[in-house]
Amino acid sequence: MGNITTIAKRELSAYFASPVAYVFIVIFLLLTGFFTFMVGGFFERNEASLTAFFLWHPWLYLFLVPAVGMRLWSEERRQGTLELLMTMPITPWQAIVGKFVASWVFLGIALVLTFPIVMTVNYLGDPDNGIIVGGYVGSFMMAGAYLAITCLTSAITRNQVIAFIISVVVCLVLILAGWPPVTNFMTQMFPDTPSLVGFVASFSVMTHFEDFQRGVIDSRHLIFFLSVMGFSLFSTAVVLKSIRS
Amino acid sequence: MIKVENLVKTFGRKKAVDDVSFTVERGEILGFLGPNGAGKSTTMRMVTGFIPPTAGKVSVGGFDMLDNPVGAKKLIGYLPESAPSYPDMTVLGFLKFAAEIRGLSGAEKSKAIDRVIELCFLQNVIHQSVDTLSKGYKHRTCFAQSIVHDPDVLVMDEPTDGLDPNQKREIRNLIRRMGEKKAIIFSTHILEEVEAVCTRAMIIDRGKVVANGTPAELKAKSDLAGSVSLKVKGIGASVVRGKLDALNEVSKTTTVEETDGKVWVRAFPKDAPKNGEVSEAVARTAAAEKWDVVEVFTEQGRLDEVFWNITLSDTDQSELSKQKA
Repeated sequence: MGNITTIAKRELSAYFASPVAYVFIVIFLLLTGFFTFMVGGFFERNEASLTAFFLWHPWLYLFLVPAVGMRLWSEERRQGTLELLMTMPITPWQAIVGKFVASWVFLGIALVLTFPIVMTVNYLGDPDNGIIVGGYVGSFMMAGAYLAITCLTSAITRNQVIAFIISVVVCLVLILAGWPPVTNFMTQMFPDTPSLVGFVASFSVMTHFEDFQRGVIDSRHLIFFLSVMGFSLFSTAVVLKSIRS
Repeated sequence: MIKVENLVKTFGRKKAVDDVSFTVERGEILGFLGPNGAGKSTTMRMVTGFIPPTAGKVSVGGFDMLDNPVGAKKLIGYLPESAPSYPDMTVLGFLKFAAEIRGLSGAEKSKAIDRVIELCFLQNVIHQSVDTLSKGYKHRTCFAQSIVHDPDVLVMDEPTDGLDPNQKREIRNLIRRMGEKKAIIFSTHILEEVEAVCTRAMIIDRGKVVANGTPAELKAKSDLAGSVSLKVKGIGASVVRGKLDALNEVSKTTTVEETDGKVWVRAFPKDAPKNGEVSEAVARTAAAEKWDVVEVFTEQGRLDEVFWNITLSDTDQSELSKQKA
């Protein structure tokens, strides 16, 4: 545990040692604001909820989370610090979890900094804050799932750009599998097998994020996100082991 | 402290390390010599547990590197070849991280960090970020990282690479001092470094250990080792050689140089050279003949010559003779 904390501390301080952290947070807050008020029609909805806010998170994270995670392992490989890290008295798993947790906490910080919108909606009306908490939990879990996938892709390559692009594509697939236009299209294509459509959609972050937005913290959805993270991080360990031998 | 048994590493079909065995005890400094791509770095990476061996065993301080990697790695300080460090951290931050991950904390940690900052002459740059440092400072930062926990075992891949001559000397002295209490392995291309620092040297070529011994033992393998050079004035080389060839102790002589009435003749000993026997005989002859002697000295042998002879493969040598012809 001590080792994980040490790794995570170093990784987190690395974000804030460079402009990356500040640029990311500013852009994230600007974009969430823009999508909520301009595209999501926060005021036009005329309801005291953050639906317009959470609606865009899967799409925002699609680009922003890979940008945060793309350097996690690729940079370690490119700089040669992987050799240093892997000869320290820690297990590879501690390094993987430590680095992942640091980035996840960073995303959490960015998410927490959206608190003014919660205050706004509470000032303007009387929203169900339980639903808002559910939305935040779901959003955080979804960010973790995207991040774990990015972790894996960044272990595969020394090149951050490649890691970024592959992550975006994989995450996009996870969104589209449950995106209504795609599921509708699939229902038309395979009208006789609704179970197939349901099966594909069950792999989508959209399907699992939906309930959170309604304030339902269902263990099935938690398990989905946690298992995406577990699987991706485990695969990261396998990839790291194979590049070392 | 370090025990390596029959270590093998293959990459695809290429055998990078082929059946390498050695031990290093506390108080020993083992120098790895060898041409580029000989398998020095690969061996060190296996000793430090970065890559697993294809076959063979590494144990450090009694801990097997495969069965108990964390236990073994705790005892090791490692300076990789490229001396990597995190570019966006400050030197101090990086050393703090290294100390913490090595299990140091509190006063012990700050003491250890202060110690390595002083040892590696980093006082002026501790608050600078690593990517703004010159190569020498970067190298010393990574070096500092490897000794921050005062490890029993130190593995260094070309520790003086990229340093200026003064820094090289400092680092060499440091290694020699630390070698009194630790088991140290280091690799280098610089032969005088081996002579200056190592208690034992190993020459590795194409993955195999081709020579192993103290620097003096290795030098004795040189063809020139034990030969006596005589420089005299005012006499022809053939006369000198004729007299020396007649000596019992001498197997053969060669003329090294003959210019403006000054000749340099080398006399090679018969059998294994005994201490001073040949030079005594040569000096006696010179005195009896009343030659005008400028210099008499015995060759200790040269490491670069040994290195050259051992690491040049047969194919290379035939290539070379073809080129000469």
